[in-house]
Amino acid sequence: MSQRLIELLLEALWETVAMVGVSAVLAALIGVPLGILLLVTQPGNILARPTFNRIVGAVVNAARSTPFIILMVAIIPLTRALVGTSIGTAAATVPLVVAAAPFIARLVEASLREVDSGLVEAAQAMGASPLQIVVKVLVPEALPGIAAGLTITVVSLIGYSAMAGAVGGGGLGDLGIRYGYQRFQGEVMVAVVAVLIVLVQVVQSVGDYAAHRLNKRERT
Amino acid sequence: MIVIDDLEKEFGGPSGPNPVLRGISLTIEKGEVFGIIGRSGAGKSTLVRCINLLERPTRGRITVAGRELSGLSGAALRAARHDIGMVFQHFNLLSSRTVQGNVSLPLELVDMPRGLRLRRVDEMLELVGLTDKRDAYPAQLSGGQKQRVGIARALASRPSVLLCDEATSALDPETTKSILALLAEINHTLNLTIVLITHEMQVVREIADRVAVLDQGRVVEQGAVFDVFTQPSHPITRSLVREVLNLELPERVSSRLRHSPQTSPGLVMRITFTGPSANEPIVSEMVRRFGVSFNILHGHIDYIQNAPYGTLTVEAGGSEAGLQAALDFLRVKSLKVEILGRVAAPDRAVA
Ligand SMILES: Nc1ncnc2c1ncn2[C@@H]1O[C@H](COP(=O)(O)OP(=O)(O)O)[C@@H](O)[C@H]1O
Ligand SMILES: [Mg+2]
Repeated sequence: MSQRLIELLLEALWETVAMVGVSAVLAALIGVPLGILLLVTQPGNILARPTFNRIVGAVVNAARSTPFIILMVAIIPLTRALVGTSIGTAAATVPLVVAAAPFIARLVEASLREVDSGLVEAAQAMGASPLQIVVKVLVPEALPGIAAGLTITVVSLIGYSAMAGAVGGGGLGDLGIRYGYQRFQGEVMVAVVAVLIVLVQVVQSVGDYAAHRLNKRERT
Repeated sequence: MIVIDDLEKEFGGPSGPNPVLRGISLTIEKGEVFGIIGRSGAGKSTLVRCINLLERPTRGRITVAGRELSGLSGAALRAARHDIGMVFQHFNLLSSRTVQGNVSLPLELVDMPRGLRLRRVDEMLELVGLTDKRDAYPAQLSGGQKQRVGIARALASRPSVLLCDEATSALDPETTKSILALLAEINHTLNLTIVLITHEMQVVREIADRVAVLDQGRVVEQGAVFDVFTQPSHPITRSLVREVLNLELPERVSSRLRHSPQTSPGLVMRITFTGPSANEPIVSEMVRRFGVSFNILHGHIDYIQNAPYGTLTVEAGGSEAGLQAALDFLRVKSLKVEILGRVAAPDRAVA
Protein backbone atom coordinates (compact mmCIF):
# COMPACT_ATOMS: atom_id res chain seq x y z
CA MET A 1 0.00 0.00 0.00
CA SER A 2 1.28 3.38 -0.92
CA GLN A 3 1.93 6.13 1.58
CA ARG A 4 -0.68 8.21 -0.23
CA LEU A 5 -3.37 5.57 0.20
CA ILE A 6 -2.67 5.27 3.92
CA GLU A 7 -2.95 9.03 4.31
CA LEU A 8 -6.22 9.02 2.42
CA LEU A 9 -7.57 6.20 4.54
CA LEU A 10 -6.59 7.84 7.81
CA GLU A 11 -8.14 11.12 6.79
CA ALA A 12 -11.34 9.41 5.70
CA LEU A 13 -11.45 7.33 8.87
CA TRP A 14 -11.14 10.45 10.96
CA GLU A 15 -13.96 12.12 9.01
CA THR A 16 -16.18 9.09 9.49
CA VAL A 17 -15.43 8.83 13.19
CA ALA A 18 -16.11 12.55 13.66
CA MET A 19 -19.31 12.42 11.60
CA VAL A 20 -20.63 9.31 13.37
CA GLY A 21 -19.46 10.42 16.81
CA VAL A 22 -21.04 13.85 16.61
CA SER A 23 -24.29 12.56 15.13
CA ALA A 24 -24.52 9.70 17.63
CA VAL A 25 -24.11 12.07 20.57
CA LEU A 26 -26.65 14.54 19.19
CA ALA A 27 -29.06 11.77 18.22
CA ALA A 28 -28.80 10.26 21.71
CA LEU A 29 -29.41 13.66 23.31
CA ILE A 30 -32.65 13.89 21.34
CA GLY A 31 -33.58 10.21 21.08
CA VAL A 32 -33.19 9.12 24.70
CA PRO A 33 -35.55 11.75 26.15
CA LEU A 34 -37.89 11.16 23.22
CA GLY A 35 -37.95 7.43 23.97
CA ILE A 36 -38.65 8.11 27.63
CA LEU A 37 -41.48 10.43 26.64
CA LEU A 38 -42.90 7.83 24.28
CA LEU A 39 -43.09 5.34 27.13
CA VAL A 40 -44.28 7.42 30.07
CA THR A 41 -47.01 9.22 28.13
CA GLN A 42 -48.59 5.97 27.03
CA PRO A 43 -52.13 5.34 28.26
CA GLY A 44 -51.95 3.85 31.75
CA ASN A 45 -48.33 4.83 32.29
CA ILE A 46 -46.98 7.24 34.89
CA LEU A 47 -47.57 10.41 32.84
CA ALA A 48 -50.34 9.22 30.54
CA ARG A 49 -50.97 11.75 27.73
CA PRO A 50 -52.63 9.63 25.02
CA THR A 51 -53.03 12.36 22.39
CA PHE A 52 -49.49 13.66 22.79
CA ASN A 53 -48.24 10.09 22.67
CA ARG A 54 -50.06 9.35 19.44
CA ILE A 55 -48.77 12.49 17.71
CA VAL A 56 -45.13 11.99 18.75
CA GLY A 57 -45.39 8.31 17.87
CA ALA A 58 -46.65 9.15 14.39
CA VAL A 59 -43.82 11.66 13.77
CA VAL A 60 -41.22 9.15 14.93
CA ASN A 61 -42.68 6.46 12.70
CA ALA A 62 -42.74 8.80 9.72
CA ALA A 63 -39.07 9.65 10.17
CA ARG A 64 -38.20 5.99 10.59
CA SER A 65 -40.05 4.80 7.53
CA THR A 66 -38.42 7.34 5.19
CA PRO A 67 -35.43 5.80 3.35
CA PHE A 68 -32.23 7.53 4.42
CA ILE A 69 -31.26 8.61 0.93
CA ILE A 70 -34.64 10.37 0.49
CA LEU A 71 -34.53 11.85 3.98
CA MET A 72 -31.11 13.28 3.23
CA VAL A 73 -32.34 15.10 0.15
CA ALA A 74 -35.68 16.10 1.66
CA ILE A 75 -34.13 17.94 4.59
CA ILE A 76 -31.53 19.86 2.60
CA PRO A 77 -33.28 23.16 3.44
CA LEU A 78 -33.07 22.32 7.15
CA THR A 79 -29.42 21.37 6.77
CA ARG A 80 -28.66 24.67 5.02
CA ALA A 81 -30.46 26.60 7.74
CA LEU A 82 -28.50 24.83 10.49
CA VAL A 83 -24.94 24.59 9.10
CA GLY A 84 -25.05 27.06 6.19
CA THR A 85 -24.26 24.45 3.55
CA SER A 86 -25.60 21.09 2.41
CA ILE A 87 -22.21 19.68 1.47
CA GLY A 88 -19.40 18.37 3.66
CA THR A 89 -18.93 16.44 6.87
CA ALA A 90 -20.72 18.94 9.09
CA ALA A 91 -23.70 19.05 6.74
CA ALA A 92 -23.89 15.26 6.73
CA THR A 93 -24.45 15.12 10.48
CA VAL A 94 -27.88 16.78 10.17
CA PRO A 95 -29.59 13.99 8.21
CA LEU A 96 -27.69 11.43 10.29
CA VAL A 97 -29.11 12.90 13.49
CA VAL A 98 -32.59 13.17 12.02
CA ALA A 99 -32.46 9.52 10.98
CA ALA A 100 -30.88 8.14 14.15
CA ALA A 101 -32.81 10.03 16.84
CA PRO A 102 -36.19 8.34 16.18
CA PHE A 103 -34.41 5.01 15.88
CA ILE A 104 -32.84 5.52 19.31
CA ALA A 105 -36.19 6.69 20.69
CA ARG A 106 -37.89 3.43 19.74
CA LEU A 107 -35.02 1.30 21.07
CA VAL A 108 -35.02 3.22 24.36
CA GLU A 109 -38.79 2.92 24.62
CA ALA A 110 -38.54 -0.83 24.10
CA SER A 111 -35.82 -1.16 26.77
CA LEU A 112 -37.84 0.85 29.27
CA ARG A 113 -40.91 -1.27 28.58
CA GLU A 114 -38.93 -4.32 29.71
CA VAL A 115 -38.57 -2.90 33.23
CA ASP A 116 -40.76 -4.86 35.64
CA SER A 117 -43.87 -2.84 36.43
CA GLY A 118 -43.52 -4.03 40.05
CA LEU A 119 -40.47 -1.77 40.40
CA VAL A 120 -42.44 1.26 39.27
CA GLU A 121 -45.17 0.30 41.69
CA ALA A 122 -42.69 -0.06 44.54
CA ALA A 123 -41.31 3.39 43.78
CA GLN A 124 -44.82 4.84 43.66
CA ALA A 125 -45.59 3.24 47.00
CA MET A 126 -42.51 5.00 48.42
CA GLY A 127 -43.86 8.31 47.19
CA ALA A 128 -41.66 8.78 44.12
CA SER A 129 -42.68 11.47 41.62
CA PRO A 130 -42.88 10.57 37.92
CA LEU A 131 -39.53 12.31 37.29
CA GLN A 132 -37.92 10.39 40.16
CA ILE A 133 -39.33 7.14 38.78
CA VAL A 134 -37.72 7.88 35.41
CA VAL A 135 -34.37 8.95 36.81
CA LYS A 136 -34.02 6.50 39.71
CA VAL A 137 -35.86 3.44 38.45
CA LEU A 138 -36.66 3.23 34.75
CA VAL A 139 -33.43 4.50 33.21
CA PRO A 140 -30.98 2.73 35.57
CA GLU A 141 -32.87 -0.54 35.22
CA ALA A 142 -33.03 -0.24 31.43
CA LEU A 143 -29.42 0.91 31.05
CA PRO A 144 -28.01 -2.39 29.73
CA GLY A 145 -30.73 -2.39 27.04
CA ILE A 146 -30.18 1.27 26.26
CA ALA A 147 -26.44 0.66 25.88
CA ALA A 148 -27.14 -2.20 23.46
CA GLY A 149 -29.54 0.06 21.53
CA LEU A 150 -26.96 2.82 21.26
CA THR A 151 -24.42 0.32 19.96
CA ILE A 152 -26.80 -0.81 17.23
CA THR A 153 -27.41 2.83 16.37
CA VAL A 154 -23.71 3.65 16.06
CA VAL A 155 -23.18 0.64 13.81
CA SER A 156 -26.11 1.73 11.63
CA LEU A 157 -24.74 5.28 11.60
CA ILE A 158 -21.42 4.03 10.22
CA GLY A 159 -23.36 2.52 7.33
CA TYR A 160 -25.47 5.63 6.78
CA SER A 161 -22.40 7.86 7.01
CA ALA A 162 -20.90 6.00 4.03
CA MET A 163 -24.05 6.90 2.11
CA ALA A 164 -23.88 10.51 3.28
CA GLY A 165 -20.22 10.53 2.29
CA ALA A 166 -21.15 9.51 -1.23
CA VAL A 167 -23.01 12.77 -1.72
CA GLY A 168 -20.14 14.94 -0.65
CA GLY A 169 -19.87 14.37 3.05
CA GLY A 170 -16.38 12.94 3.02
CA GLY A 171 -15.35 9.96 5.07
CA LEU A 172 -14.75 6.32 4.21
CA GLY A 173 -17.80 5.95 2.01
CA ASP A 174 -16.82 8.93 -0.06
CA LEU A 175 -13.28 7.60 -0.43
CA GLY A 176 -14.49 4.16 -1.48
CA ILE A 177 -16.83 5.53 -4.10
CA ARG A 178 -14.43 8.13 -5.52
CA TYR A 179 -11.38 5.89 -5.85
CA GLY A 180 -12.76 2.41 -5.88
CA TYR A 181 -15.78 2.94 -8.08
CA GLN A 182 -15.21 6.03 -10.18
CA ARG A 183 -11.46 5.49 -10.74
CA PHE A 184 -11.50 1.72 -10.80
CA GLN A 185 -8.94 1.39 -7.99
CA GLY A 186 -10.21 -1.86 -6.55
CA GLU A 187 -7.56 -1.95 -3.80
CA VAL A 188 -8.91 1.31 -2.32
CA MET A 189 -12.39 -0.19 -2.18
CA VAL A 190 -11.05 -3.29 -0.45
CA ALA A 191 -9.06 -1.21 2.03
CA VAL A 192 -12.11 0.94 2.81
CA VAL A 193 -14.26 -2.12 3.44
CA ALA A 194 -11.57 -3.64 5.64
CA VAL A 195 -11.34 -0.47 7.74
CA LEU A 196 -15.14 -0.35 8.05
CA ILE A 197 -15.23 -3.96 9.22
CA VAL A 198 -12.64 -3.28 11.91
CA LEU A 199 -14.45 -0.10 12.98
CA VAL A 200 -17.80 -1.85 13.36
CA GLN A 201 -16.13 -4.70 15.22
CA VAL A 202 -14.53 -2.30 17.69
CA VAL A 203 -17.80 -0.41 18.26
CA GLN A 204 -19.74 -3.65 18.78
CA SER A 205 -17.17 -5.02 21.24
CA VAL A 206 -17.10 -1.83 23.28
CA GLY A 207 -20.92 -1.75 23.30
CA ASP A 208 -21.21 -5.39 24.34
CA TYR A 209 -18.72 -4.86 27.13
CA ALA A 210 -20.58 -1.80 28.41
CA ALA A 211 -23.96 -3.59 28.32
CA HIS A 212 -22.45 -6.54 30.14
CA ARG A 213 -20.89 -4.38 32.84
CA LEU A 214 -24.13 -2.50 33.37
CA ASN A 215 -26.19 -5.66 33.71
CA LYS A 216 -26.40 -6.71 37.34
CA ARG A 217 -29.19 -9.16 36.77
CA GLU A 218 -27.03 -12.25 36.70
CA ARG A 219 -25.14 -13.64 39.68
CA THR A 220 -21.65 -12.10 40.01
CA MET B 1 -54.36 3.93 62.93
CA ILE B 2 -56.03 2.86 59.72
CA VAL B 3 -59.71 3.43 59.20
CA ILE B 4 -61.34 2.06 56.11
CA ASP B 5 -64.83 3.34 55.74
CA ASP B 6 -67.32 1.77 53.35
CA LEU B 7 -64.68 1.23 50.69
CA GLU B 8 -65.79 0.19 47.24
CA LYS B 9 -63.63 -0.45 44.22
CA GLU B 10 -64.78 -1.24 40.71
CA PHE B 11 -62.63 -2.02 37.71
CA GLY B 12 -63.95 -1.12 34.29
CA GLY B 13 -64.40 -4.30 32.28
CA PRO B 14 -65.69 -5.16 28.82
CA SER B 15 -69.08 -6.03 30.32
CA GLY B 16 -69.42 -2.92 32.48
CA PRO B 17 -67.92 -2.14 35.88
CA ASN B 18 -66.62 -5.13 37.81
CA PRO B 19 -67.04 -4.64 41.57
CA VAL B 20 -64.02 -6.06 43.39
CA LEU B 21 -64.46 -4.48 46.84
CA ARG B 22 -68.02 -4.06 48.03
CA GLY B 23 -68.41 -1.93 51.11
CA ILE B 24 -65.43 -2.72 53.31
CA SER B 25 -65.14 -1.12 56.72
CA LEU B 26 -62.22 -1.97 58.97
CA THR B 27 -60.43 -0.31 61.84
CA ILE B 28 -56.84 -1.29 62.43
CA GLU B 29 -55.35 -0.21 65.75
CA LYS B 30 -51.93 1.29 66.30
CA GLY B 31 -49.26 -1.31 66.94
CA GLU B 32 -51.27 -4.35 65.98
CA VAL B 33 -50.59 -6.97 63.37
CA PHE B 34 -53.76 -7.21 61.35
CA GLY B 35 -54.19 -10.13 59.00
CA ILE B 36 -56.38 -10.04 55.92
CA ILE B 37 -56.98 -13.49 54.55
CA GLY B 38 -58.97 -14.83 51.65
CA ARG B 39 -58.86 -17.05 48.63
CA SER B 40 -57.12 -15.94 45.48
CA GLY B 41 -59.20 -13.30 43.72
CA ALA B 42 -61.04 -12.25 46.88
CA GLY B 43 -59.75 -8.70 46.47
CA LYS B 44 -56.98 -8.70 49.09
CA SER B 45 -54.33 -7.05 46.93
CA THR B 46 -56.82 -4.47 45.70
CA LEU B 47 -57.74 -3.69 49.29
CA VAL B 48 -54.17 -3.23 50.47
CA ARG B 49 -53.34 -1.17 47.38
CA CYS B 50 -56.26 1.09 48.22
CA ILE B 51 -54.68 1.80 51.62
CA ASN B 52 -51.77 3.67 49.99
CA LEU B 53 -53.87 4.71 47.02
CA LEU B 54 -51.96 2.68 44.44
CA GLU B 55 -55.55 1.94 43.51
CA ARG B 56 -57.97 4.81 43.79
CA PRO B 57 -61.16 3.79 45.62
CA THR B 58 -64.38 4.13 43.64
CA ARG B 59 -66.20 5.13 46.83
CA GLY B 60 -65.43 5.29 50.51
CA ARG B 61 -62.70 6.75 52.68
CA ILE B 62 -59.25 5.69 53.82
CA THR B 63 -57.69 7.37 56.83
CA VAL B 64 -54.13 6.56 57.89
CA ALA B 65 -52.70 8.07 61.09
CA GLY B 66 -55.52 10.59 61.19
CA ARG B 67 -54.93 11.81 57.65
CA GLU B 68 -57.57 11.13 55.06
CA LEU B 69 -55.77 9.81 52.00
CA SER B 70 -58.66 9.28 49.65
CA GLY B 71 -58.84 13.01 48.92
CA LEU B 72 -55.12 13.48 48.28
CA SER B 73 -53.21 13.61 45.02
CA GLY B 74 -49.87 14.83 43.66
CA ALA B 75 -47.25 15.96 46.15
CA ALA B 76 -49.54 15.63 49.18
CA LEU B 77 -50.26 12.00 48.34
CA ARG B 78 -46.56 11.30 47.78
CA ALA B 79 -45.73 12.82 51.14
CA ALA B 80 -48.38 10.66 52.81
CA ARG B 81 -46.93 7.56 51.17
CA HIS B 82 -43.57 8.16 52.84
CA ASP B 83 -45.37 7.24 56.04
CA ILE B 84 -46.59 3.89 54.67
CA GLY B 85 -44.09 1.15 53.90
CA MET B 86 -44.94 -1.66 51.53
CA VAL B 87 -43.48 -5.13 51.08
CA PHE B 88 -44.25 -7.22 47.99
CA GLN B 89 -44.55 -10.89 47.16
CA HIS B 90 -41.88 -10.67 44.46
CA PHE B 91 -39.69 -8.22 46.43
CA ASN B 92 -39.53 -5.64 43.61
CA LEU B 93 -35.90 -4.73 44.24
CA LEU B 94 -33.94 -2.71 41.69
CA SER B 95 -31.51 -5.10 40.00
CA SER B 96 -29.22 -2.21 39.13
CA ARG B 97 -28.63 -1.22 42.74
CA THR B 98 -26.81 -2.94 45.56
CA VAL B 99 -28.58 -3.84 48.78
CA GLN B 100 -27.41 -0.53 50.19
CA GLY B 101 -28.66 1.34 47.12
CA ASN B 102 -32.06 -0.30 47.32
CA VAL B 103 -32.57 0.54 50.97
CA SER B 104 -31.34 4.06 50.34
CA LEU B 105 -33.85 4.74 47.54
CA PRO B 106 -36.83 5.95 49.64
CA LEU B 107 -34.45 8.31 51.47
CA GLU B 108 -33.06 9.72 48.22
CA LEU B 109 -36.62 10.50 47.18
CA VAL B 110 -36.91 12.98 50.06
CA ASP B 111 -33.37 14.31 49.51
CA MET B 112 -32.03 13.14 52.85
CA PRO B 113 -28.39 14.29 53.16
CA ARG B 114 -25.91 11.56 52.23
CA GLY B 115 -24.29 11.08 55.64
CA LEU B 116 -27.61 10.75 57.41
CA ARG B 117 -28.87 8.47 54.68
CA LEU B 118 -25.98 6.04 54.85
CA ARG B 119 -26.29 5.86 58.61
CA ARG B 120 -30.01 5.11 58.32
CA VAL B 121 -29.34 2.43 55.71
CA ASP B 122 -26.79 0.74 57.98
CA GLU B 123 -29.26 0.88 60.84
CA MET B 124 -31.93 -0.80 58.69
CA LEU B 125 -29.55 -3.49 57.43
CA GLU B 126 -28.58 -4.20 61.02
CA LEU B 127 -32.26 -4.51 61.91
CA VAL B 128 -32.91 -7.13 59.24
CA GLY B 129 -29.55 -8.87 59.74
CA LEU B 130 -28.02 -8.15 56.34
CA THR B 131 -25.10 -5.93 57.22
CA ASP B 132 -22.66 -8.27 55.49
CA LYS B 133 -24.63 -8.13 52.24
CA ARG B 134 -24.53 -4.36 51.93
CA ASP B 135 -22.63 -4.35 48.64
CA ALA B 136 -24.29 -7.39 47.06
CA TYR B 137 -26.71 -7.08 44.15
CA PRO B 138 -30.19 -8.61 44.48
CA ALA B 139 -29.26 -11.31 41.94
CA GLN B 140 -26.72 -12.59 44.45
CA LEU B 141 -29.25 -13.03 47.26
CA SER B 142 -31.64 -15.80 48.27
CA GLY B 143 -35.40 -15.21 48.37
CA GLY B 144 -35.40 -14.72 52.12
CA GLN B 145 -32.53 -12.24 51.91
CA LYS B 146 -34.29 -10.34 49.15
CA GLN B 147 -37.38 -10.02 51.30
CA ARG B 148 -35.24 -8.78 54.18
CA VAL B 149 -33.95 -6.06 51.85
CA GLY B 150 -37.56 -5.35 50.90
CA ILE B 151 -38.45 -4.95 54.56
CA ALA B 152 -35.40 -2.77 55.28
CA ARG B 153 -36.32 -0.56 52.33
CA ALA B 154 -39.93 -0.29 53.46
CA LEU B 155 -38.85 0.71 56.97
CA ALA B 156 -36.09 3.13 55.96
CA SER B 157 -38.38 6.15 55.91
CA ARG B 158 -39.62 5.20 59.41
CA PRO B 159 -43.23 4.70 58.40
CA SER B 160 -45.98 4.23 60.95
CA VAL B 161 -47.65 1.50 58.90
CA LEU B 162 -46.22 -1.48 57.03
CA LEU B 163 -48.32 -3.12 54.33
CA CYS B 164 -47.33 -6.65 53.35
CA ASP B 165 -48.95 -8.18 50.29
CA GLU B 166 -48.24 -11.91 50.35
CA ALA B 167 -44.78 -11.10 51.67
CA THR B 168 -43.99 -14.76 52.32
CA SER B 169 -45.91 -16.45 49.52
CA ALA B 170 -42.84 -16.83 47.30
CA LEU B 171 -40.76 -18.32 50.10
CA ASP B 172 -40.28 -21.85 51.40
CA PRO B 173 -41.74 -22.74 54.83
CA GLU B 174 -38.45 -22.33 56.71
CA THR B 175 -37.77 -18.91 55.22
CA THR B 176 -41.40 -17.93 55.75
CA LYS B 177 -40.98 -18.62 59.46
CA SER B 178 -37.86 -16.48 59.71
CA ILE B 179 -39.45 -13.58 57.81
CA LEU B 180 -42.56 -13.77 60.00
CA ALA B 181 -40.36 -13.81 63.09
CA LEU B 182 -38.62 -10.68 61.78
CA LEU B 183 -41.96 -8.95 61.19
CA ALA B 184 -43.13 -9.88 64.69
CA GLU B 185 -39.91 -8.53 66.15
CA ILE B 186 -40.24 -5.27 64.22
CA ASN B 187 -43.83 -4.99 65.35
CA HIS B 188 -42.70 -5.25 68.97
CA THR B 189 -39.57 -3.15 68.92
CA LEU B 190 -40.87 -0.33 66.72
CA ASN B 191 -44.53 -0.58 67.76
CA LEU B 192 -45.24 -0.59 64.05
CA THR B 193 -48.73 -1.27 62.73
CA ILE B 194 -48.57 -4.14 60.24
CA VAL B 195 -51.23 -5.11 57.72
CA LEU B 196 -50.58 -8.60 56.46
CA ILE B 197 -52.28 -9.89 53.35
CA THR B 198 -52.13 -13.62 52.80
CA HIS B 199 -53.99 -16.64 51.54
CA GLU B 200 -52.34 -18.84 54.17
CA MET B 201 -53.97 -19.22 57.57
CA GLN B 202 -50.57 -20.42 58.81
CA VAL B 203 -49.18 -16.92 58.35
CA VAL B 204 -52.05 -15.25 60.16
CA ARG B 205 -51.83 -17.71 63.02
CA GLU B 206 -48.13 -17.15 63.39
CA ILE B 207 -48.09 -13.41 63.99
CA ALA B 208 -51.45 -11.66 63.60
CA ASP B 209 -53.40 -10.27 66.54
CA ARG B 210 -56.63 -9.83 64.63
CA VAL B 211 -57.81 -11.07 61.29
CA ALA B 212 -60.44 -10.20 58.72
CA VAL B 213 -61.62 -12.81 56.26
CA LEU B 214 -62.30 -11.48 52.79
CA ASP B 215 -64.53 -13.22 50.30
CA GLN B 216 -65.73 -11.80 46.99
CA GLY B 217 -64.90 -8.28 48.07
CA ARG B 218 -66.63 -8.45 51.44
CA VAL B 219 -65.38 -8.91 54.98
CA VAL B 220 -67.27 -12.05 56.00
CA GLU B 221 -65.70 -12.48 59.40
CA GLN B 222 -63.28 -10.64 61.66
CA GLY B 223 -61.99 -10.79 65.19
CA ALA B 224 -59.13 -11.89 67.38
CA VAL B 225 -57.10 -14.58 65.64
CA PHE B 226 -57.68 -17.04 68.47
CA ASP B 227 -61.46 -16.63 68.30
CA VAL B 228 -61.67 -16.81 64.55
CA PHE B 229 -59.48 -19.86 64.63
CA THR B 230 -61.29 -21.76 67.30
CA GLN B 231 -64.81 -20.69 66.37
CA PRO B 232 -64.88 -19.98 62.67
CA SER B 233 -68.42 -19.10 61.61
CA HIS B 234 -68.19 -18.51 57.86
CA PRO B 235 -67.68 -21.51 55.54
CA ILE B 236 -64.66 -19.83 53.91
CA THR B 237 -63.05 -19.32 57.30
CA ARG B 238 -63.77 -22.92 58.24
CA SER B 239 -62.17 -24.25 55.13
CA LEU B 240 -59.12 -21.99 55.60
CA VAL B 241 -58.80 -23.09 59.22
CA ARG B 242 -59.27 -26.71 58.34
CA GLU B 243 -56.41 -26.54 55.87
CA VAL B 244 -54.09 -25.64 58.68
CA LEU B 245 -55.47 -27.82 61.41
CA ASN B 246 -56.05 -30.72 59.08
CA LEU B 247 -59.30 -31.69 60.74
CA GLU B 248 -60.65 -33.76 57.92
CA LEU B 249 -61.64 -37.23 59.01
CA PRO B 250 -59.86 -40.11 57.40
CA GLU B 251 -61.89 -41.35 54.43
CA ARG B 252 -62.35 -44.76 56.11
CA VAL B 253 -64.22 -43.15 59.03
CA SER B 254 -66.29 -40.75 56.99
CA SER B 255 -67.55 -43.51 54.73
CA ARG B 256 -68.53 -45.59 57.75
CA LEU B 257 -70.34 -42.52 59.11
CA ARG B 258 -72.30 -42.16 55.91
CA HIS B 259 -73.33 -45.79 55.78
CA SER B 260 -74.31 -46.42 59.41
CA PRO B 261 -77.87 -45.98 60.72
CA GLN B 262 -78.41 -43.19 63.25
CA THR B 263 -79.23 -45.75 65.95
CA SER B 264 -75.80 -47.38 65.81
CA PRO B 265 -73.98 -47.73 69.13
CA GLY B 266 -70.64 -46.08 68.27
CA LEU B 267 -70.48 -42.33 68.68
CA VAL B 268 -68.00 -40.31 66.62
CA MET B 269 -67.28 -36.91 68.06
CA ARG B 270 -64.77 -34.13 67.79
CA ILE B 271 -63.61 -32.56 71.03
CA THR B 272 -61.94 -29.18 70.89
CA PHE B 273 -59.58 -28.29 73.69
CA THR B 274 -58.60 -24.73 74.27
CA GLY B 275 -56.66 -23.03 77.00
CA PRO B 276 -55.82 -24.88 80.22
CA SER B 277 -58.02 -27.94 79.55
CA ALA B 278 -55.72 -28.80 76.66
CA ASN B 279 -53.23 -29.94 79.24
CA GLU B 280 -55.64 -32.06 81.36
CA PRO B 281 -55.95 -35.85 81.12
CA ILE B 282 -59.63 -35.67 80.07
CA VAL B 283 -59.84 -38.86 78.06
CA SER B 284 -58.35 -41.20 80.63
CA GLU B 285 -60.62 -39.72 83.27
CA MET B 286 -63.72 -40.46 81.17
CA VAL B 287 -62.57 -44.02 80.59
CA ARG B 288 -62.11 -44.50 84.30
CA ARG B 289 -65.31 -42.83 85.47
CA PHE B 290 -67.88 -43.83 82.86
CA GLY B 291 -66.60 -47.11 81.49
CA VAL B 292 -66.56 -45.68 77.99
CA SER B 293 -64.01 -46.90 75.46
CA PHE B 294 -62.35 -44.55 73.03
CA ASN B 295 -60.78 -45.15 69.71
CA ILE B 296 -58.76 -42.14 68.69
CA LEU B 297 -59.27 -41.43 65.00
CA HIS B 298 -57.45 -38.17 64.68
CA GLY B 299 -55.70 -35.76 66.96
CA HIS B 300 -53.93 -32.47 66.71
CA ILE B 301 -52.52 -29.90 69.08
CA ASP B 302 -51.54 -26.53 67.87
CA TYR B 303 -50.38 -23.28 69.37
CA ILE B 304 -52.07 -20.06 68.36
CA GLN B 305 -50.34 -17.02 69.77
CA ASN B 306 -48.83 -19.35 72.40
CA ALA B 307 -52.22 -20.64 73.59
CA PRO B 308 -52.66 -24.38 73.13
CA TYR B 309 -55.50 -25.41 70.89
CA GLY B 310 -56.26 -29.03 70.15
CA THR B 311 -58.83 -31.20 68.52
CA LEU B 312 -59.40 -34.88 69.08
CA THR B 313 -61.72 -36.96 66.95
CA VAL B 314 -62.75 -40.14 68.72
CA GLU B 315 -65.09 -43.02 68.29
CA ALA B 316 -66.69 -43.73 71.68
CA GLY B 317 -68.32 -47.02 72.64
CA GLY B 318 -70.17 -48.10 75.78
CA SER B 319 -73.59 -47.97 77.36
CA GLU B 320 -75.94 -45.14 76.36
CA ALA B 321 -75.87 -43.94 79.96
CA GLY B 322 -72.09 -44.01 80.02
CA LEU B 323 -71.84 -42.08 76.76
CA GLN B 324 -74.35 -39.51 78.01
CA ALA B 325 -72.41 -39.09 81.23
CA ALA B 326 -69.19 -38.64 79.25
CA LEU B 327 -70.79 -35.93 77.10
CA ASP B 328 -72.09 -34.12 80.18
CA PHE B 329 -68.65 -34.35 81.72
CA LEU B 330 -67.09 -32.74 78.62
CA ARG B 331 -69.66 -29.95 78.66
CA VAL B 332 -69.03 -29.28 82.34
CA LYS B 333 -65.38 -28.92 81.47
CA SER B 334 -66.56 -26.34 78.86
CA LEU B 335 -65.03 -28.22 76.01
CA LYS B 336 -66.57 -27.91 72.61
CA VAL B 337 -68.04 -31.22 71.49
CA GLU B 338 -69.37 -31.85 68.02
CA ILE B 339 -71.23 -35.08 67.38
CA LEU B 340 -70.19 -36.13 63.91
CA GLY B 341 -72.41 -39.20 63.73
CA ARG B 342 -72.89 -42.78 64.69
CA VAL B 343 -71.10 -45.83 63.40
CA ALA B 344 -72.20 -49.43 63.33
CA ALA B 345 -69.66 -50.94 65.65
CA PRO B 346 -66.70 -49.41 67.35
CA ASP B 347 -63.41 -50.41 65.88
CA ARG B 348 -61.00 -52.20 68.15
CA ALA B 349 -61.02 -49.98 71.19
CA VAL B 350 -58.04 -48.38 72.80
CA ALA B 351 -57.63 -47.05 76.32
N1 LIG C 1 -56.10 -3.52 37.54
C1 LIG C 1 -57.15 -4.36 37.47
N2 LIG C 1 -58.03 -4.28 36.44
C2 LIG C 1 -59.09 -5.10 36.38
N3 LIG C 1 -59.38 -6.05 37.27
C3 LIG C 1 -58.55 -6.19 38.32
C4 LIG C 1 -57.39 -5.36 38.48
N4 LIG C 1 -56.75 -5.73 39.60
C5 LIG C 1 -57.46 -6.74 40.13
N5 LIG C 1 -58.55 -7.02 39.36
C6 LIG C 1 -59.55 -8.04 39.65
O1 LIG C 1 -59.96 -7.92 40.98
C7 LIG C 1 -60.16 -9.17 41.59
C8 LIG C 1 -59.40 -9.26 42.87
O2 LIG C 1 -58.03 -9.21 42.59
P1 LIG C 1 -56.95 -9.13 43.74
O3 LIG C 1 -57.22 -7.96 44.60
O4 LIG C 1 -55.62 -9.20 43.10
O5 LIG C 1 -57.23 -10.47 44.55
P2 LIG C 1 -56.32 -11.26 45.59
O6 LIG C 1 -55.14 -10.43 45.91
O7 LIG C 1 -57.22 -11.50 46.75
O8 LIG C 1 -55.96 -12.54 44.91
C9 LIG C 1 -59.75 -10.22 40.57
O9 LIG C 1 -60.92 -10.75 40.00
C10 LIG C 1 -58.96 -9.44 39.56
O10 LIG C 1 -59.13 -9.98 38.28
MG1 LIG D 1 -53.08 -10.81 45.64
